[in-house]
Amino acid sequence: MDIKISKKVEQLAPSGIRAFFDLVLGMKDVISLGVGEPDFVTPWNIREKAIHSLEEGFTSYTSNKGMPELRKQIATFLKNRYGLEYDFDEEILITVGVSEGLDLVMRAILNPGDKVMVQEPVYVSYGPVVELAGGKVILLKTDIKNGFKLTPQQIEQGCKQGAKAFMINYPCNPTGASYKRSELEAIAKIIKKYNVLVISDEIYDELTYDFDHVPFSSLPGMKERVIYFNGFSKAYAMTGFRIGYACGPQKVIAAMTKIHQYTMLCASITGQIAASEALKNGSRSMLEMKREYDRRRKYIVGALNQIGLDCHNPEGAFYVFPSIKKTGQTSIAFAQGLLQKEKVALVPGVAFGKNCDQHIRISYASSYDNLKEAILRIKKYIKA
Amino acid sequence: MDEILDILANNARITIDEVAKLTGKKVEEIKKTITKYEKDGVIVKYKTVINHDLVRDSNSFVRALIEVSVTPQKDVGFDNVAERIYSFPEVTSCYLVSGAYDLLLVVEGENIQTVSNFVASKLAPMENVRSTATHFLLKKYKEDGQILKKKSDGKRLNISY
Repeated sequence: MDIKISKKVEQLAPSGIRAFFDLVLGMKDVISLGVGEPDFVTPWNIREKAIHSLEEGFTSYTSNKGMPELRKQIATFLKNRYGLEYDFDEEILITVGVSEGLDLVMRAILNPGDKVMVQEPVYVSYGPVVELAGGKVILLKTDIKNGFKLTPQQIEQGCKQGAKAFMINYPCNPTGASYKRSELEAIAKIIKKYNVLVISDEIYDELTYDFDHVPFSSLPGMKERVIYFNGFSKAYAMTGFRIGYACGPQKVIAAMTKIHQYTMLCASITGQIAASEALKNGSRSMLEMKREYDRRRKYIVGALNQIGLDCHNPEGAFYVFPSIKKTGQTSIAFAQGLLQKEKVALVPGVAFGKNCDQHIRISYASSYDNLKEAILRIKKYIKA
Repeated sequence: MDEILDILANNARITIDEVAKLTGKKVEEIKKTITKYEKDGVIVKYKTVINHDLVRDSNSFVRALIEVSVTPQKDVGFDNVAERIYSFPEVTSCYLVSGAYDLLLVVEGENIQTVSNFVASKLAPMENVRSTATHFLLKKYKEDGQILKKKSDGKRLNISY
């Protein structure tokens, strides 16, 4: 039978690096700097709580929005951590990771042809969730010269093109870039002037190293127009549990909940119980992991610059996005060559935007010994 | 804990150069700080955690925890008797603890016999020692924060966004 796939799906940017990914997954004894998740396992107290909940028979659905206890905990946590006030019942939704949340919000707010500002380089799902919801992407390019940060002027340009919403991810995957309060305030001013919605993905907030993280919705006048996304994957090394949450104006959360109840029903109860334990007793492990990442960050930035790959100093997350311009290779050729000759895996920059072909993403969520060995191998590869 | 101490506590073999890279501080500064720690006795010594079960001559090594009840002395309390006990090279650790007994010792020897001899001929007969209880260690699972079982290989995919 000649099956016809939806045009919208067929038109989604094909993942040019799929073949490269398949190559990596088929190889053994690789040092991997290509992983978008912590190299720690979930802290034991959290795993133990999940195991116990299974023994106790917590295996059912939960309320669509997520367990009320967890939503209450999140509300309290955000209040204490950032002074954010969200009503647990009307303004918080538990999702299957932030990824689901981003899809939901796009479907909830976009009509066909609505425009959304998206930064580049950007996490791989941003463009596709806009397009799948019928929206159009306005690309805002950032580069290494300004530390991969968006400027208020760029955002104003996007607003003038009629954008309905602005997506921001900070600290950013793949660049690690983040924003200080003053930088965010300058952006917020433009947002207010043009009456734009903000989709703020702050999943890496706890991994901010050089200054305190400031949620976009905590800025004056922003709460009514920001949908704040966060989750447990990165800070608590819980990627496999798939628990995220969205907080925002009641109207948007209600619309997102409507889609979520039909398409996802609810996030897994085991994951939600584990997340609740993470909020109760996870901060110690989280701070230990953060300290370790910060050391590796300092090491990797210094080492990359030393071997001749220009690398900016990222303020957060666990990625660096160095330039490979000097090698004259495309990012896929570079990554493929490095993998085959030196058995080091990383992600070609082009995965994060078509204008990012002179970069590679290195994840330093890998042990110090691995990083050291990988740097030696990259150095050898560049010299050859 | 100070960052440098934290790094050294996990890896005593790390070079000063590497500590500088991990902390973003200058090599000279690290050197100075470590030297001061050594001088002040903050850093007592650099040790290696060994899993003796995996070493071939593990048959000639036993370790015991010994609970010791002692009679404290006027003015000096437990300190003098503790010193008399921990000065024996067989005693590798000595703690004053709260609870049902007073001193907790870790004692090492070549075999059960040598440790028993130490208890019977040296420790128990001491003037202020009232009683002892010896527990021979059968298996070590975790020591100094380190789980001794070999970790299984990572379960992460080699690549993901």
